[in-house]
Amino acid sequence: MTTPEKLKKDENKHEEPNLKGTFVSVMLLGAFLVLSWVGVFILFIGR
Amino acid sequence: MHLHKYEKIWLSFGIGSLVVFLLVLGYGAFWQGTHPQSHGITIDSDNVESNEAFKQENLGVTKVDDDKYIVNIVASAFNYDMGKDEEGNAVKTIRIPKGATVLWQVVTKDVVHGFNVAGTNVNMMVEPGYISSIETEMKQAGEFTIVCNEYCGVGHHMMYGTVEVYE
Amino acid sequence: MAIKNLREKINVSEAVGSLPIQKPEAKLYMSFMYVAFISLLIGGLMGLLQVFVRSGKFTLPWGIDYYQVLTVHGVILGLVLTTYFIIGFHFSVMGKTVGISEKQRKVAWFAFWTMVVGTVMTAVTILLGEASVLYTFYAPLRAHPAFYIGLALVIIGSWVAGFVNWHQLAVWKKKHPGEKSPLLAFMVTINTVMWFIASLGVAIAVLIQFIPWSLGWAETINVLVSRTLFWYFGHPLVYFWLLPAYMAWYAIIPKIIGGKIFSDSLARMSFVLFLFFSIPVGFHHQLTEPGIDPTWKFIQVVLTMMVVIPSLMTAFSLFATFEITGRRKGFKGLFGWLKHLPWKDVRFLAPFIGMLAFIPGGAGGIINASHQMNSLVHNTIWVTGHFHLTVATTVMLTFFGISYWLVPHLTGRTLTPKLNKLGIIQSIVWTIGMSIMSGAMHIQGLLGGPRRSSFSEYGGTEQASEWIGYQMAQAVGGTILFIGIILMVYIFVKLAWFAPKGHEEFPIAEEEDDAEPTPSYFENWKLWIAITIALILFAYTIPFIDIIQNSPAGSVPFDWPIGRY
Repeated sequence: MTTPEKLKKDENKHEEPNLKGTFVSVMLLGAFLVLSWVGVFILFIGR
Repeated sequence: MHLHKYEKIWLSFGIGSLVVFLLVLGYGAFWQGTHPQSHGITIDSDNVESNEAFKQENLGVTKVDDDKYIVNIVASAFNYDMGKDEEGNAVKTIRIPKGATVLWQVVTKDVVHGFNVAGTNVNMMVEPGYISSIETEMKQAGEFTIVCNEYCGVGHHMMYGTVEVYE
Repeated sequence: MAIKNLREKINVSEAVGSLPIQKPEAKLYMSFMYVAFISLLIGGLMGLLQVFVRSGKFTLPWGIDYYQVLTVHGVILGLVLTTYFIIGFHFSVMGKTVGISEKQRKVAWFAFWTMVVGTVMTAVTILLGEASVLYTFYAPLRAHPAFYIGLALVIIGSWVAGFVNWHQLAVWKKKHPGEKSPLLAFMVTINTVMWFIASLGVAIAVLIQFIPWSLGWAETINVLVSRTLFWYFGHPLVYFWLLPAYMAWYAIIPKIIGGKIFSDSLARMSFVLFLFFSIPVGFHHQLTEPGIDPTWKFIQVVLTMMVVIPSLMTAFSLFATFEITGRRKGFKGLFGWLKHLPWKDVRFLAPFIGMLAFIPGGAGGIINASHQMNSLVHNTIWVTGHFHLTVATTVMLTFFGISYWLVPHLTGRTLTPKLNKLGIIQSIVWTIGMSIMSGAMHIQGLLGGPRRSSFSEYGGTEQASEWIGYQMAQAVGGTILFIGIILMVYIFVKLAWFAPKGHEEFPIAEEEDDAEPTPSYFENWKLWIAITIALILFAYTIPFIDIIQNSPAGSVPFDWPIGRY
């Protein structure tokens, strides 16, 4: 099992900064982009 | 140049989404023929009647087949000429049955105009010298406003008409 | 106050890598700012009149025409405010990072006055009702020649300013062989190169088509060619507005929040991508025009999607800057780092709201550019709602955020805690007003309501009566926004003339001590420009020849539709 803590430790080994919050934020942003586009596309198809 | 592994995932997701959008649009445009209007067919804007479709008697709605209609309109500042009814009055309302396929053809005699049947996908720029046309199925019943949605001068907002799609 | 202490601490370390701005320089930079803020007030007032008229409850006095007001609003905010602020900001960061010589400063003044003469010419023609053609020109509607000549002078002045910027960097590079150019100077150069290449299009349209035709030397004008040349310029124009905001986000905000630049290379990379993909995309403004081949429209739609990529990169970099800075300060958890951000510092808050506004702004932009889907929104007021998020919120709030420190830095005054607080109120007022106005515009647009139109009941259809409710909401939002403009102008006046004397920091972020070195190929300007030109030629050559070869007869001018006799 990989717990969140384990992941964090693994990351430190890579010397990469911990950017989990960034990742979640941008993916939420991406989801918003996709959902808006799909919403308008459905409207377009229905008209 | 170094990319954080999350940034790689993010950019792959983002670019992937854009590619999917383009594939969906490209499929619709090239295989199903839903390109935005682009015919490049020209007309003499000083003499639009030289084209059969825009002779005065051919303006307005014409039934060409079961559930197939053509609507010809001449735009000028600040009016849409949709022909005349039997009493000789200017037509301001186009009536079309629900589910019919309509070919909209619009030209301008003077400046640039817009042609939008608000609430539908019929939305075209109308430019001097070109015939704007698009074919569409009127999927929903109701009253739709035709608006000039491209600035054409001081009376721009007084340029309109109505489309009635009946059951 | 905690913020003030923090600022004083930062001030100590400011000297690194930044040059002092001397008085005569400050005068130059401030001159651009004066014009920008006067424009904000006038243009904002015009916007207020517009939303009032469209509510149906108000008519303009003294026979003033709605479209005249609309032309003033578009020209003065879209062209004058933005261009002056941006050039003033460009000069400020160039002066700060690479320096300006006395000779360069003199040429910069020449650029300023050329632009002022052009602006005054244009303004007078519009105010006399001789140029109600909106800022996108609309041939064959014909304005007075002075309108086009004035605009040409504004563009030429902006070119001269750009040439000075290039010269500033060239001089610096000669003195610093082998060093990479300062990040902000690099970004200014990208933006001015893009502006120059793009505005060649509108300059050709104005000089070869509009001026001779408006003077009666040429009988007709090729309308589609004029529109194509305009939009070749019209889209990079919006990136010319946006990139200075990105400069602040990449290279200034990290300093304000007490952090470092996330990645110098990635910042440069995103700017290079903007240079490549901002220009060969103008057809996405012309998707519903009859005379352009649909395959080429689609090709430019694909290129338009490419210009989304650097913004995706930017989103990641910004969040990463916030998170790394927060974690370094000891804030833990998935979103704990959000707590460290200086929410009570308007220099951060205003641009941050701008960043957030770019999320729906960007989403709307992707929708607008989606080829056939564009017919759902083209020329509806959705589009107006869209660019009031992007330029009037993202860009404007960032420019306000810049002004809070740049103006006092230049005038030798300070942003007092009181003014800081007023700025925070201003940002919130703007956010509320714009959410209401832009939100209502987006919805009304999806329902089919048109943009650029005075109040109309459209023959009394039920559909049109539904639109009026949204127009009322826009009037409410627009009024709140105007209050925001009054506040901002008040703050500007205070910072320019009345705030207490002192030193306000010019925040420029630095790289991490152990940052990965930036590859030297970023300085290869010839390569970047060559790729840019190649992409433009690819996207435009064939369709442009096609447009010319299949052109209908040209259009004679029309004066009466815009009320000229």
